[in-house]
Amino acid sequence: MTAVTDRQQLSYVASQVADARVNVELETEGMTLNIGPQHPATHGTLRIIAKLDGEQVIEADPVMGYMHRGYEKLTEVRTFPQVTTLINRIDWLGSFANEVPFILAAEQLMEIEAPPRAQWIRTLLFELSRIANVTLFLGDMGVQLGALTPVFYAFRDREYVLNLIESVTGGRFHPNFDRIGGLKDDLPKGFNDECKTVMVKIRDFCDQMDDLLVGNQIFQTRTRGIGVIPKDVGLAYGLSGANIRASGVDWDLRRDSDVAMAWKQLDWKVWTHPDGDSFARYWVRLQEVREATYMVEQLLDGMPSGPIMAKVPRIIKVPAGEAWVSTENPLGEMGYYVVSKGDLGPFRVKIRSASFSNISITPWLLKGVYVPDVITILASLYFILGDIDR
Amino acid sequence: MRDALATELGDALVDSVIRPGADIWVRVTTEAWADAGRAVRDVLGCTYFGFLSALDWMPSPWGRGEDDPTEPPPERSTEIVQGVAGGATRFQVLARVHSTTTHRGITLKADVPDDMRIASWVPTYPGADWHEREAWEMFGIDFVGHPHLHHIYLPGDFEGHPLRKDFPLVARMVKPWPGIVDVEPLPTGDDEETEGEAAAEAAEDAS
Repeated sequence: MTAVTDRQQLSYVASQVADARVNVELETEGMTLNIGPQHPATHGTLRIIAKLDGEQVIEADPVMGYMHRGYEKLTEVRTFPQVTTLINRIDWLGSFANEVPFILAAEQLMEIEAPPRAQWIRTLLFELSRIANVTLFLGDMGVQLGALTPVFYAFRDREYVLNLIESVTGGRFHPNFDRIGGLKDDLPKGFNDECKTVMVKIRDFCDQMDDLLVGNQIFQTRTRGIGVIPKDVGLAYGLSGANIRASGVDWDLRRDSDVAMAWKQLDWKVWTHPDGDSFARYWVRLQEVREATYMVEQLLDGMPSGPIMAKVPRIIKVPAGEAWVSTENPLGEMGYYVVSKGDLGPFRVKIRSASFSNISITPWLLKGVYVPDVITILASLYFILGDIDR
Repeated sequence: MRDALATELGDALVDSVIRPGADIWVRVTTEAWADAGRAVRDVLGCTYFGFLSALDWMPSPWGRGEDDPTEPPPERSTEIVQGVAGGATRFQVLARVHSTTTHRGITLKADVPDDMRIASWVPTYPGADWHEREAWEMFGIDFVGHPHLHHIYLPGDFEGHPLRKDFPLVARMVKPWPGIVDVEPLPTGDDEETEGEAAAEAAEDAS
């Protein structure tokens, strides 16, 4: 370090004193800071209008709708099988997981159930979507704190998972693979070995993130105790998924709901964390990716044989009725309230997307935090714009 | 669960439907909507707020947007038929809450009268804030007691309520749905081969 001359030091002290005097004399006025809609630190086009007092946020108002595509209206002019094409694009990082609850709701109304093999492959692809989705979060969280390396690792390793999804469905991001009554196709030849190799790689990635971020002192200082969500507040705001599990709520729809999927036949653990801060949300997601890799291996080993499609009529008419099915998607609880009038298409579909509710807590949560923490808190809540705007 | 709610709400509970393995629907009167929210939270322990939305039971006057624009529109039923747990009005609000300890959820419904006013759930579940803003914008339902009803998705000067059934889907109005231009005859049986040939022929024609 170079020695500071007396003169430099004096001028520094003088400037500090001047600043202090200004601050004392002037009543600080609030300042409105516009973050986004296109800002390098926001994901997609979420815009936040923050009223600041110095470095502290006194009021934050998220503005959405820059990507609203009106899916609920569009589903009303589509047939049931056509809807999956739309809902693929809600949470575009874990697309297959979006299709499942809708298909399950339609199946519930038609009173059919997919054959066991189809259920297992669905669960397999569901978990692969989760890995592909959350892996990116694990790296991206580092970027928000100024660590660039993790995101490159994340993109590299997510690629392997996307290749797997592509080998089964033909689509990397939008599989459009789930059908009412089963699946479009069976698994390709040689998938098992390929998949198991990738799962080992993903676990390596998780270990790397453990070393690079979780154990990193800067990361811990920036995330521990920041953005704490108490259990009750989180539930009242409708937080779900890893966000609420990080606040100590032991609730996972994979374990706690009776949907026709294979999760209940596997041996796995629901991870929770008592703290409810940004660090806890990161930590829970990291454990969930690890857990998902073990689940995928169990699914591959225990995969039943048999048909992948139940008997369904070629022209699908869903009987009149209403059904609500939700599953534990990578971002949280995602559900569809499907109203059918016995037509070719749904009468109304209410899409309950996880990010919309997860982000609705931000006006409460961002009150009183410092500006740099706004970015980390938003990143730790982990939202996908398509999942907010639908 | 239904019985506990029935004793709490009394006459306000109009109708309920239980479908085993699926769900519980409960319809309450418009006046009891806010009380019902408090009751499910405090009595049933459903602390987790799922969603709140609305339903428009009027059949769409545009059908599925597949009419041939050159032909006069077909006659459509305008009869309003409510769904599960019944109802008396065109619009209904519905909400779903869940208990994370007993792992059971309940779907609540209430009629929205013609003046489109119903109590807000924000004092009970703060998470209802954005959901009510969405329902206000999409259906025009006025939630009494909501702190600040303003647009959430649509631009501030937008007119109309897009999810109402009589709001036309303009994309289908300006350009006919391709499906009505080249209508394929519906497959009658196991004629997948002929279908494949037809597709191949179509591809040749296109080239």
